[in-house]
Amino acid sequence: MRLQKNTLIALSSILEAAAEPGRQVVAADVAEKYGVSVHHLAKVLRQLGRAGLLESARGVGGGYRFVGNARRVTLLDVIEIFEDISARPAEGGERETVTDEGRGIARVLAEIDQTAKAVFGSITIATMLGIVERERRARP
Amino acid sequence: MDSFRIRPVERADLGEVIDIDTEATGLRKVDYWYELLARYGGSRGRQQRFFLVAEQGGRVVGFIIGEVRDWEFGSPPCGWVFGISVRREDRQSGVASRLLDAICDEFRRAGVDKVRTLLARDDHLVMSFFRSQRMMAAPFIALERDLLE
Repeated sequence: MRLQKNTLIALSSILEAAAEPGRQVVAADVAEKYGVSVHHLAKVLRQLGRAGLLESARGVGGGYRFVGNARRVTLLDVIEIFEDISARPAEGGERETVTDEGRGIARVLAEIDQTAKAVFGSITIATMLGIVERERRARP
Repeated sequence: MDSFRIRPVERADLGEVIDIDTEATGLRKVDYWYELLARYGGSRGRQQRFFLVAEQGGRVVGFIIGEVRDWEFGSPPCGWVFGISVRREDRQSGVASRLLDAICDEFRRAGVDKVRTLLARDDHLVMSFFRSQRMMAAPFIALERDLLE
């Protein structure tokens, strides 16, 4: 399972901001940490702002803060702002349904999609912050 | 709310347990619950089955059921949670977390160091709860087959 670059940047940005509720995160710092341009990050942040998850702050050092409910917003909610990971229909799309082999393969791919979607839909931002914290503590 | 206590189920609790389950599932399964009470409600021999309730002000606000299962599909003994529910009006107040902590304590006392559960893939609410309790995917895949096909 691979997510697009913008989706990964969005998830990281949300986690940075949600880790310290109320604190404004400086976009330039996040851009540097994740190796993306400030311009690129700004585009992602605007989309998250339009979705009601981030609020930007003007002024010196302009940053942003998380304004969603970390215990309710899931990874899937964020991912679906940037890409469609809808589970493929088990009977396949137009091209796959031409052959029995194609329909069989489509059924297996649909199973994978449904599982991925269930995983993303069950992990909230708060839960993800816990996973990140455990990774931090496990680091030697 | 934190004035509730966790204790083993008693026969007198069953009506409320059935009400909580009915509220959550939409199905009233009286016989099923009496059977569970008989199998999980008492302690006999080495305690491996647990049926706990959360009680507040003389009323049951939630329950959890689980057991230690030995060597299923090659897995060393581990704790299994197969039922948990909290009254709708008492959710978001830590009842389910306390119930899970309590049954995990029982599992530890029974000598196991892992707890598992099995959920419907589209049950995002309950899956989110277990995820919030630091549960991750187990190294198993649930499979099924339609016996009528």
